[in-house]
Amino acid sequence: MDSFQETIFKLKRYWSDRGAIIQEPYDIEVGAGTMAPETFLRVLGTKPYRVAYVQPSRRPADGRYGENPNRLYKHQQLQVILKPSPDDVLDQYLGSIEAIGIDLKKHDIKFEEDNWEAPTLGAWGIGWQVMLDGLEITQFTYFQQCGGFDLDLVPAELTYGLERISAFLQGVDSVYDIEWAPGVKYAQVRFVDEVQSSVYNFEMADIDRLRRLFDEHEAECKRLLGLYDEKSPGKFRFPVLPAYEQVLKCSHLFNLLDSRGAISVTERVGVIKRVRDLAVGTAKIWADQQA
Amino acid sequence: MNLLLEIGTEEIPHWMIPGALKQLSSLDLMGATPLVDATPRRLVVRAQALPERTPDETQIVKGPPVSAGERAAAGFAKKQGVDLSAMTIAGEYYELRRNVPGRRAAEILAETLPAAIVGIQWPKTMYWTGKNGPRFIRPIRWIVALLGDEVIPFEIAGVRSGNITRGHRQLGSSSIPVTIENYESELRKNFVILSSHERRHKIETEASALGAKIDPDLLGTLTFITEYPAAIRGEFDPAFLELPAEVLTTVMRHHQKHFSVEPAPGKLAPNFVAVMNTGGDPEGLVKRGNERVLKARFNDARFFWDMDQQKKLADRVADLAKVTFQAKLGSYLEKTERVIALVKELDGNQHAQRAALLAKTDLTTEMVKEFTELQGVVGGLYARAQGEPEPVWKAIYEHYQPVNMEDSIPETREGQIVSVADKLDTLRECFRIGMIPSGSKDPFALRRAAQGVVKILVEAKLPYDFYPLFAAPLTDFMLERVQYYFREVRGFKYDEVNAVMASSRGTLADVEARLTALAEVRPTENFEPLAASFKRIRNILKQAEFEADGALQERLLEPGEERDLYDAYQAVQAEIRGAGYRVALERIASLRPHVDRFFDKVLVNARDPEVRVNRLTLLSDLLTEFSTIADFSEIVTAGEQK
Repeated sequence: MDSFQETIFKLKRYWSDRGAIIQEPYDIEVGAGTMAPETFLRVLGTKPYRVAYVQPSRRPADGRYGENPNRLYKHQQLQVILKPSPDDVLDQYLGSIEAIGIDLKKHDIKFEEDNWEAPTLGAWGIGWQVMLDGLEITQFTYFQQCGGFDLDLVPAELTYGLERISAFLQGVDSVYDIEWAPGVKYAQVRFVDEVQSSVYNFEMADIDRLRRLFDEHEAECKRLLGLYDEKSPGKFRFPVLPAYEQVLKCSHLFNLLDSRGAISVTERVGVIKRVRDLAVGTAKIWADQQA
Repeated sequence: MNLLLEIGTEEIPHWMIPGALKQLSSLDLMGATPLVDATPRRLVVRAQALPERTPDETQIVKGPPVSAGERAAAGFAKKQGVDLSAMTIAGEYYELRRNVPGRRAAEILAETLPAAIVGIQWPKTMYWTGKNGPRFIRPIRWIVALLGDEVIPFEIAGVRSGNITRGHRQLGSSSIPVTIENYESELRKNFVILSSHERRHKIETEASALGAKIDPDLLGTLTFITEYPAAIRGEFDPAFLELPAEVLTTVMRHHQKHFSVEPAPGKLAPNFVAVMNTGGDPEGLVKRGNERVLKARFNDARFFWDMDQQKKLADRVADLAKVTFQAKLGSYLEKTERVIALVKELDGNQHAQRAALLAKTDLTTEMVKEFTELQGVVGGLYARAQGEPEPVWKAIYEHYQPVNMEDSIPETREGQIVSVADKLDTLRECFRIGMIPSGSKDPFALRRAAQGVVKILVEAKLPYDFYPLFAAPLTDFMLERVQYYFREVRGFKYDEVNAVMASSRGTLADVEARLTALAEVRPTENFEPLAASFKRIRNILKQAEFEADGALQERLLEPGEERDLYDAYQAVQAEIRGAGYRVALERIASLRPHVDRFFDKVLVNARDPEVRVNRLTLLSDLLTEFSTIADFSEIVTAGEQK
């Protein structure tokens, strides 16, 4: 039986063998692996790219003080981007499942329609959730649009839910019982994180301050975007990545506020649009720099 | 020659496959009939006895007139690239008869098939080879195209047609050369059952044998998400049976695509039947996996139930301010307030008002956030658990009903009123801000809401008059839905519905009663001729631009047919007062000989203007008086139908 980390090693090795760069997690809070620039920005433009990375992803609304066996404030995704997607992408994907020790001839695999959309990123795609014996283990998406752009090369995005897959492989009912490393349980590594993040999120976060922070990060991003000059010969020095980091900050703050019910009905659509405008703005500049 | 076309794709969403097959079944195959079938990974068209080639044809090109002389003919021949001797004379003109050889079928199909395939209409398409590449439902990965022994050569999205198919993803070979004859058996050897009919039958038989309660929708879904289906039975902890059956079956059917097992109607066993896309499960791995997922789901549901009970529905009303009804229409709290007001307007009692207050509060519960399709049902179950009176919880439970025309309407009067008020509010508000359905666009499912309202008003015989309830701008839209309901759901004829609606003042239940009477009386011998006469009366009045403003004067009636009609009219009028619609219509129909004789013998356009006005008044009274049940002039009579 493989530990959590062993399964991750195997998946990384598998994709590394197929030409993917193995990146490390992005160092700013994100809601999903898609939001890391390695996906959000790299899928734009005409340059082929293959990358795989584990991305700790925060979903404040799913915080449960470590009490729910399946729901986490922060879970780990393995994100794979294959740009452009190879013709045998689904077979390659199934190969990765075999590589972590699942004998496909003995299990039931189904690809069930599940299209993905991220309104704050101006992004959507077509795809499936991959079901293994009734368990959703991967989200598979052919990106069609990102940052408001129709994509030149259609990337395949594979998002593995690592806790679920490990719980399945190890036959445990609670993610906290997963063996992270030999002799070390998931709970020992992450339980405190779940409790404290939930406490902060639901009890102690200062909503007014979070709002101000949102405004500040938005303002900083806007200021930067306003300084870009596409005719300038030095435009490649322009800090579009730092600008995008401000978008990520806004997005996470929005999620925090939203999970507290602090965003009213009428406000919600507007706030999503504010984040999307920033995301689309940075995507434009990135694309222009790459062109 | 026989044809085989297989479009090999990545997994197509199950619900789109029947629509695609329908389109493929009208594919133009040079006169041959396409036989279609599909699995999630292949759309297949087969046909028999295609012609090998199209027949040779003679093309006739008309040349100059003979009178223009041989030089003109020679010039023409040169232009056509032939010798003058090839020209013939037909009447007064030269002409060139040219033999055009027929084309080979394979050649023609190679040109037409790619466009036909890419031309299939899907609800949503994607591109995969790059921004300007072809669009399809999912990437096309292989194509088999055979005419007899020969490959029909073409290419779509870089994929060349050939004779190589693929088997089941995990169990079969990924490269199988086939002929038309062995295609289906080769697929079977590679763990693909091509016939969707056979897959459906296999699932149904195996699942039934395992005790599954067969749900036809789920059966259809499973047929098109499997290539090689097999059913297995699993178990869950009987302790979960404490949860409401609605929750358990929703988790099983909608989330896990399992059949439930019901030894007696409404009674669940702690079992489920799953359908795999693989041959078997000898080690029980698939069974165990599914059991673990189901257990986690049920645990979630129990957790949601317990957590939701910590805050009563009544204490959740204020939270509705944070739930969007529609961006421009504000929150569910505002909607709730409007619906309560409507319930009061509809004379809903205290229970109905209470139900309206609580109806949407389950949207704030964890259970409904997870199982959205259980909205209403969860509210009703919670209300019951929290001690709300039966009429209240039942009304909440059933206030989304009917969800379609096959669904039944709410059973309780309170439920009916809350359901009508909820849907009516949605309709009024959406129309107010211009969100009006057009063509296939109806994002808020307003047609369905309207249809539901109509069904409830009719079938529950609710005492609300149609027009005040559906004031402008809703009127026309609702009239359409009423028409649709009586025609398509209830099977009345369109002209009967027109006739009754044209004189419609009152409730829809009354419309139904009049329609029923009309449909019964219609086949009787006097009815249609009388309808024709009424149409004639209407035309006469229209031509005369007559509008009755005075009372009929008996002294001006001429003895004979005119007096006779008047007396008959008076008699019928007295007879039908207080009579049922059926009797009334029969009596009105009995006027027919009197009307006929009147038109035969009496000149409406009398010379004496006083008499003329009086006669028009008689006809007008007759028409007005007897059009309250139905406007007979709307009836299409046998003579008109030609």
